[in-house]
Amino acid sequence: MRKLLMGNHAISVGATLSRVQVIAAYPITPQTQVVEMLSEIVADGKLNAEFIKVESEHSAMAACIGASTTGARAFTATSAQGLLLMHELLHWAAHGRLPIVMANVNRAVAPGWTIWTDQNDSLSQRDTGWIQFYVADNQEVLDTIILGYKLAEKVHLPVMVNLDAFVLSHTYEAVEVPDQEKVDAFLPPFNPEWKMDVKNPRAFGGLTSSDVYMEFQYNHHEAMEQSKKVIAETCGEFEKIFGRKYGLLEEYRMEDSEYVMVTSGTISKTSRIVVDELREKGVKIGILRVRTFRPFPGEEIAAALAGKKKAFVIDRNISYGKSGIFYDEIKGALYNKGMNLPLFGFVIGLGGRDVTPAHLHEIVDYGMKHDRPTEEIIWMGVKK
Amino acid sequence: MIEIRLHGRGGQGTVVASKILADAIVMGGGYVQAFPEFGVERRGAPVVAYVRIDNKPINLKSKIYQPDHIVVLDPTLLQSVNVTDGLKEGGKVLVNSEKEPSEMQEKFGKSFKVMTVDATAIALEKRLGSKTSPIVNTAILGAIVKALNVTNMDLIIKAIEEGVPLKVEENVEAAKKAYTSLKGGE
Repeated sequence: MRKLLMGNHAISVGATLSRVQVIAAYPITPQTQVVEMLSEIVADGKLNAEFIKVESEHSAMAACIGASTTGARAFTATSAQGLLLMHELLHWAAHGRLPIVMANVNRAVAPGWTIWTDQNDSLSQRDTGWIQFYVADNQEVLDTIILGYKLAEKVHLPVMVNLDAFVLSHTYEAVEVPDQEKVDAFLPPFNPEWKMDVKNPRAFGGLTSSDVYMEFQYNHHEAMEQSKKVIAETCGEFEKIFGRKYGLLEEYRMEDSEYVMVTSGTISKTSRIVVDELREKGVKIGILRVRTFRPFPGEEIAAALAGKKKAFVIDRNISYGKSGIFYDEIKGALYNKGMNLPLFGFVIGLGGRDVTPAHLHEIVDYGMKHDRPTEEIIWMGVKK
Repeated sequence: MIEIRLHGRGGQGTVVASKILADAIVMGGGYVQAFPEFGVERRGAPVVAYVRIDNKPINLKSKIYQPDHIVVLDPTLLQSVNVTDGLKEGGKVLVNSEKEPSEMQEKFGKSFKVMTVDATAIALEKRLGSKTSPIVNTAILGAIVKALNVTNMDLIIKAIEEGVPLKVEENVEAAKKAYTSLKGGE
């Protein structure tokens, strides 16, 4: 059924359709409505789940870890400072190989106090061992929650679904809400091989000597690497049932392109307008959207950029003293492929500063006018 | 693509109006975005909401700077807010006011088409909200249908029925009355 949904509610509906069994979440703007709607759905008896009220995000993730360890499908949602407070337990969930799915409304980090979007909250969780998706519209928000559980439960890793604050979280869009039967067919009940049982008490995650700790890390990494293949399979299965196509990357007008805008999140959609306009003028340009940040599709990005003249990486995030974060990772991915195409790194839209087609045209203009970048960051729209 | 900006005050249902309008567009098979001014809202303070409508999926994810039409839910805003900021030449301005459009045309200049509807009187008559702060959003929606031609009354009524928590019938009546009493819409 086609329905008008804001991004926050697309999350709630996605979690409901996934028949989550335990929800533990603490409200934070702009995520609050996710929790609000879920608590109503559970209170109305429309979802057979335990809604656990907690006193902080740290506790929310702790509750999800406990639930998931006993074999329950667990869900939480957060944003910015809330995600940062969870940091310790993000490692715990991932090392525990627990298939928790979490929505994170990408919001910039304080101070100065802010509620608007950028990606520094989730990107600074890069090395916690979570799978990370960055989505571009509310349909993809809902679909990726469902896809997230399928994937998480196959590879035994937690999944973080990231969406832009306000631009998606508070914006209503038409969303195709799938039938429950179809979701049930795609996502069977969670039935892990092993789980903790209160009737048979055991310790989990106890002292691990250096004799075996490294093997756990190796296995975690291998699972992450393997999840690339599983993402492709799972998305294929999803497309067969629901007719919507997703993957590690998304290409737009890339076939014969000479120039490429490399994007993530909602900027990818606005970029389409710019690409369409430039194509009218005969500029062969396309968009490569990085949908999956962990596992990082370095091989796939290198393949997509092979033979192109220039690429313009657009980051709504920053690693201070280095560059945009996607830029840095993409540059690293090209090195051992012997690829030396001019790769420009732009930082734009921090703290929710609006990104318009005019800004994106400016990015392409800059890239066209320069042979190679001379700086690690080309700042867009900053008042210097 | 049609872009609309709604101006109201916190508590009048401005954001809800944008949502109900968007709902009607979706029910009619169209594509839409509805969003508030990204930030915080307070009762009585100026509120802005946006609706972007198209017949194909909307890729544009930035804010609206040059709307095609403006809707003003509270006439007192005209004293403090430049509501026509960025409005495209030839754009329509729909104002909740008991005045005739001709009385307001001078204020807005000749490049915009002014229309009025006494949504406050309609809301009071239908007992929507309180006497001191009537909720005018459903009346405004009826006027929007007539004035801006972006959806029809059947769909707006359906969207109101699904979108308002209380006094459904009175809200529908308010929309109908506003539809027929719009001034300057010919």
